[in-house]
Formats: sequence, C-alpha cells, structure tokens
Amino acid sequence: MGNVLTIVLQRLAFGLITLLIVSMVIFIAVNLLPGDFAELILGQGATPEAVASIRHDLGLDQSLVTRYFGWLGGMLTGNLGTSFAQLNFQTNLGGGGGVTVAEQIAPRFANTMFLASVTAMIAVPIAVTLGILAALYRNTVFDRATNILTLSSISSPEFFMAYILILFLSVLNPILPSLSNIYDGMAFGERLEKTLLPALTLTLVVTAHMMRMTRAAIINLLASPYIEMARLKGMSPMRVIVKHALPNALAPIINVIALNLAYLVTGVVVVEVVFVYPGIGQLFVDSVKIRDIPVVQACCLIFAAAYILLNLTADILSTLSNPRLRHPK
Amino acid sequence: MTEPLLKIRGLKLEGRSDETWNPIINGVDLTLARGEVLGLIGESGAGKSTLGLAAMGFTRDGVRISEGSVVFDGIDLLKASAAVKRGLLGKRIAYVAQSAAASFNPAHRIIDQHVEGPVQHGVMSRAESEADCVALYEKLRLPDPENIGFRYPHQVSGGQLQRAMTAMAMACRPDLIIFDEPTTALDVTTQIEVLASIRDIVKDFNTAAIYITHDLAVVAQMADRIKVLLKGDEVETADTRTMLSAPTQEYTKSLWAVRSFERPLKAPVVAGSVPVVSVQNVDASYGIVPVLHGVSFDMHAGRTVAVVGESGSGKSTVARCITGLLPPKAGQICFDGEVMPADYRKRSKDQLRQVQMIYQKADTALNPRMSVGDIIARPVQFYLGLTGKEKRARVDSLLEQIELEPSEYYSRLPSELSGGQKQRIGIARALAAEPKFIICDEVTSALDQLVAEGILRLLANLQDNLGLSYMFITHDLATVRAIADEVVVMKNGRVVEAGPKAEMFRPPHHPYTDLLLSSVPEMDPDWLTNLLQERGVDNIGDAAVGKM
Repeated sequence: MGNVLTIVLQRLAFGLITLLIVSMVIFIAVNLLPGDFAELILGQGATPEAVASIRHDLGLDQSLVTRYFGWLGGMLTGNLGTSFAQLNFQTNLGGGGGVTVAEQIAPRFANTMFLASVTAMIAVPIAVTLGILAALYRNTVFDRATNILTLSSISSPEFFMAYILILFLSVLNPILPSLSNIYDGMAFGERLEKTLLPALTLTLVVTAHMMRMTRAAIINLLASPYIEMARLKGMSPMRVIVKHALPNALAPIINVIALNLAYLVTGVVVVEVVFVYPGIGQLFVDSVKIRDIPVVQACCLIFAAAYILLNLTADILSTLSNPRLRHPK
Repeated sequence: MTEPLLKIRGLKLEGRSDETWNPIINGVDLTLARGEVLGLIGESGAGKSTLGLAAMGFTRDGVRISEGSVVFDGIDLLKASAAVKRGLLGKRIAYVAQSAAASFNPAHRIIDQHVEGPVQHGVMSRAESEADCVALYEKLRLPDPENIGFRYPHQVSGGQLQRAMTAMAMACRPDLIIFDEPTTALDVTTQIEVLASIRDIVKDFNTAAIYITHDLAVVAQMADRIKVLLKGDEVETADTRTMLSAPTQEYTKSLWAVRSFERPLKAPVVAGSVPVVSVQNVDASYGIVPVLHGVSFDMHAGRTVAVVGESGSGKSTVARCITGLLPPKAGQICFDGEVMPADYRKRSKDQLRQVQMIYQKADTALNPRMSVGDIIARPVQFYLGLTGKEKRARVDSLLEQIELEPSEYYSRLPSELSGGQKQRIGIARALAAEPKFIICDEVTSALDQLVAEGILRLLANLQDNLGLSYMFITHDLATVRAIADEVVVMKNGRVVEAGPKAEMFRPPHHPYTDLLLSSVPEMDPDWLTNLLQERGVDNIGDAAVGKM
C-alpha cells in the first residue's frame, strides 16, 4: 500500500502547484479587465483626485506583485478580503467594517454545492445504469433510443431544456415550483423540492457524456480474452458486463464523471438565472459587472480549486481501480 | 457402439471481412468419444480455434456458422437456446485459452474466478468450491495451493496461471474441455509441467478433450488421435502413432519434414581472429534491478551465434546493450576490435549502421501507416544517402533479396501482408543499412513452422551471400539446431555455457543446458512419459523452478 500512498501524495502535491499557477493566472487576468471599480462607482463625478483617493483606499495603487502576494497571503490565512461594493455601501451609511468576501460567497457556494450534489445523485446513477444497459443491448432499439435522447438533450441549449421542463412540470402539470428562490433556514424538504427542477435540467445536460463513456468503455472491453472466457464459462450477459467488464472500465468512467461534476460546480450560470437560484454563478457574473475584484478573484479560485480537486479525486480513484497498483507483486 | 460425446457433421463457418463473408471452415466432421483426447493441428489461419469454439456452439464476432450440426451428448448446440447453451458452457463443456494472463480477469482474485462457475451453475456452494479449488491446485502441483488462489492474476507466473486456468476448467468436472494452444506462450521448461499436469488431470477425471496446437511434438504427447487441418479443410485423421509413423497426405508429410532443416557445420573459428562483436564483462540493470552479471562472448564474421534461455534470462537485454539502447553498468561492447560508445546517441552514423535488429513481432515493428517501399527506403536514405531513382533501385533489389516481387509489394501497407511477409520486410529493413551484424530477436517464434523455416532458409542464404554475422536470440532449440554455429546458454543474467553447436548438443552438458535440451518435446508419443519417469514424477515442480 506504500506504493499507493506515494502516488496519492504526489498527485496532491501536483494539485497544489497547479492551484498556485492558476492563482497567478487569475490575478493577472482579472487585473487586465478594462475599467476599474473607482471609475465605475464615481460615474460622472470621476475627477482624477477622487479616483486616486478611492484607489488608494482600496490599495489599487500598489504594484501588481505586492497586491498579488497580499492577496495570496490572505488566502492562505483564510482571509478572502473585503468586497469593494459592500465596503463602499457600508461606509456611506456610516456603518463600520463591511462584508467580507467569505461572508458573501459562503451561502452562495453552499447553495451551488447543494444543487450540484442533488444533480449528481440523480444523474450519475442514471447515466451509469443507462450506459450499462446500452452496452448490454448494444445496437438494439433501446440502445439507439437512449443515444438519441441523451444526445439531443445535450445538444439543446440549457435554457431551452429548462423552459421545456418548466412548461411540462410546472405550467401544464403543476408538480414542481418553477422558481428556486431558496433562502437560509428553509426546511430541507422544501429546499429539495425547489431545487429539483434546476437539478433535472442539469441532469439532462450532463447525462449524455457519462452514459456514452460508460457504454464505450464497456464495449471496448468486450473483445478481451477474459470477457470471452466469462462467456465461455456460461455466465449471463448481464453478469459478464457488470462483474467482468465494468470493474476494468472504471478509470475512463470516473474521469468523465469528475469532469461533469466540475462543470456542475462552475458552469451553471444560465440555469441559475432561469430558475432564480441563488448560486455562486450569479454572484460571479454580478461581481464582474461592477468590477468587484476581490469577489471575482475568490470565485475564480474556488472554481479552479473545485476543478483541480475533482480531477485529482478522479485521478486517484482511477489509479486505485487498477488491481496492479492496489496489490503489487 | 455407444453414442459419441461430441458429433460435428458438415460444419461450415464463415468470417466477415469488409462486407463479404468468406469461408473459414468448409464442412468438417468430427467425432469424439467420452474420455478421448483429439489433437487438432494446423498452421495459423487453418481454422483450428474457430473450430474449437464452434464445438462449444460459440462463435467470435464477425464469424458465423452457415451449415452443419454440432451435437453434444444429444443436444444440438446450434439449435439450442442461448439459455440452454449457457447452462452447458462452463458446467459440461469448458475452455482453456492460449494466454492465461489475458484470459483471467485482472480485476478479480483467481479463486473468485474459479468458484464463479460452480456457484453460478449451482453445482457447489462457495465453500465447497473453494475447498475443491485447493484440491485441484494441489493435484496440478501448484506451489502453495492453499493461498495461491487468493492472489490476483498479475501476481502469479504464466505457467502457474495456465495450470490455474486448467483447474478452473475442471471446476464443474466437465465432460469436455477445449484446450486452445495452452502452452504456446510458455518456455520449454515450464511447458513440460503444464503438459504433464493437463495430461494427468484429463486422464484422472476421464474428461474428453480437444487439444488445439501448431506444435506436432506437443500434440504427440497429449492426443489419442490427431486431426490435421489446412485452410479450413480436414487433411487427414488417424491415431497418434499411425499419424506420426505413416502420414498418408503430402501436406502432413511436409509438416513432419520441417524439423529436418539443418545447416552444414562450418569450420571452427580461426584462433586469434578479431570478432565482429565482442561482449566483454557486461553488467546491466533496469533501474536498480540487476539483469546481467559479467556477460562475455564473441561473435565472428559470417557466423551465427544462438543465445538461448528462458524468458527473463537476459537474452534480449544483451541485445539492448549491444545496440546501445541500454548502456551497460560495467564492461564494454567492441566492434571489429574497437570499443563502441555505450550509449547509441554517442555512436557515429557508421557504427549505428553496422548493427541492425530484426524484431520478434513484425506486426508492431512496422509502422502500419507506411508502405513497404517507404519502410525500406528510410534506412537506405538515412545511412547511405541515396535519393530518387537510386533509392528506388536499391529498395527494389532489397525486395528481390527477400524474395518478394518489387512491383507487387512496393506500395503495399503492412496490413496487406502475411506474418511471414512482414517478417521478410523486417529483414529487408535491417539489410537496407548494409550492416555487418544483425540481431535477430526471436524472429521466428510468432510464425508457423513452415513459414518459420522459410525465414530461416532466407537468413541462411543472406549470410552465405553477404557474409553477415547473426546474433540469434531464441528459446526454441529446434531453431538453434537448424541455424546456429555457436551457442550461448543464459540463465538469470549469466552465461552458463558457450561453445560450438556440435559440442553443445553432445553430452556432458551443464545441468541447465541439459534441462533445456531434454525439455524440447520430441515427436515420439512416449517422450513425455519417459522423460517424467527419468526425472522422477515427483520432481516435476523442481524442474520447473530450475533448481540445479
């Protein structure tokens, strides 16, 4: 097992290095955005003095390198900084302090994770099961129908799928609410009910990839001698696929699942907008609009971390799915 | 007379290539009595495996049964439902594949795969089957039978896996087992114990078997009767002894004759002459694992040195050291008396040109996207700097040297060639550099005997005409007998014996050479029985491990 531990630690180290590089890219990219917060907030009254004063207050007049390390240091100590927009608002009203980025992001991120988890709970089992069945009944009507349905749902724009679901599940048959305006302290059941429609929309979007990879990875193995052996031992087709092919097909399937889960965490702005779901995607877009740089940077970093973490997990899991590594000679 | 266990009548099979169906088996009859072992022999492409699988009512993708009947114990397998066939497969008819390493599922422990059949077919409970598995392992003389099943396939050696697979086939005590080249992938010394194990267990349980192989000597040990196949047709069938002593058909006789190819002995090397290649005290390792220990031997102009030994003995590693792909840890390689740089990157173009290599698997050694002409033209241009018409003329003459018509083969892709033709292209590519010395790494072991013989004859002619020196890596002693002038025997990274061929094949030998020599199956049907008696049956396991 020492072998496996080394691999895991190695991957973790690589993950951290990647994250560091990504943080630099994010910082530089965000600072390349045209316009700045001071000019935007002052509007018509943007005299050079006023702009300079605000920039000084926010620390925007320091060099890029100084600001990067200040930001990085803050990140490492858990201080994501203070939102420009909220800070200004608070000071103008005479209140002290201001809202930190962490306070602003935390509830939104929790909501996003909730939506992603609900979607994953629905989508992953469906996709893998459909993939297995499609491989079992390959080239039959069932296989073709599954392929056509999943592919058309992934090919349509997300908002379109969202409105179709709203039409059928909340307008024509009022089963589910079309607005997902969840808030703190909402009961779990109600929260789940409100999240179901966006989760179903996202399920339709992510199922195709995972299902097709499951199908392809299994079919790819069906010509192997050990599959032939299992068939020649008189095992049923279902057993051949689930017991003999699937364990060897896990690596590619895990990777595609991870990729889709990462998408659920980082790329669901459109669905959030359609259902008015208070997730991190909308916060991110709003912050870009008003150049609220600390929030934008923190969101980017969270997205990057989610991506890296999920891919890292996939990497480790698919490595572990190889019996040669789990049981060295 | 009682009803036979298996009766195949007028069986025809077709295989799909592109959009058309081509015949693979053209109406073969086969009858097998209970407890009888039938040997099925023929070259690759003869349809042996296809027929073996069809005897189980099974076809691979792209193959279909077009006519005929396969009746197993009164059940017509071609008309039976899938569920009925599943009930028979594994329970009453079992299969042992060529490569146990590929046919065991890498994701499950061996014993889990063993008990799957009995448990799923409802023959035994899991506990009963596990106990039975251990008993079978013991019977097949697997080391540590109590625990070996709890390992994963990659943790067990090839010969042991092959026996574990035989045990797995026996798990439900079937009436019939199809053995599909079960020892082809094994070393001669390992092959013996597997053959002995299979023969004993088949006899003890009175199991009928179809034993598929291309090795005549092997089938002579295993089968009661032999059926010879050629391109999907039966050539002849007869009792093993009759078949060996008096084959009636020309084709069968030609198969038997292959083993008679032998080059005349050359005069001994003149004392004091400078060897073409001299390997001097070479130590080498992969990472920290030492592979070679002080290996030394010389190879002289116009002669063939055969390097023999089991897999893992370091034969191919020596080749990697000579070519400079693996710089030795100690020692040196001399070419024409001069020390060559250890790393191929530091060698001059001329030094690189002088040492060429022909590989075991021509399939993977030729770029599938390049035409035959381009494959051969590359070294012509790279080493000799020829271009245009000169290059083309050189490629054509090389193709003629390997006995392939240039106009027909120049623009073909490797996928449009047979195995033997691919190997010839590999030879032409090595010749293109106009080298003095060629390393042949198991060049005939992937080929059928007739084709292999053609390659050996070609290599011998080229040596006579061009004065080439060969280092011939092989584990097949029949090949050594046919082509070698000198022999180097290797074991565990050391040279255990070296000398002229005549001496090597004459006793007394080093004990390991003796083991190797005596392990090569002979055509005599009593050979295995006698050998086992000689070595003492209980001793088989030791012979395998190679304890001297």
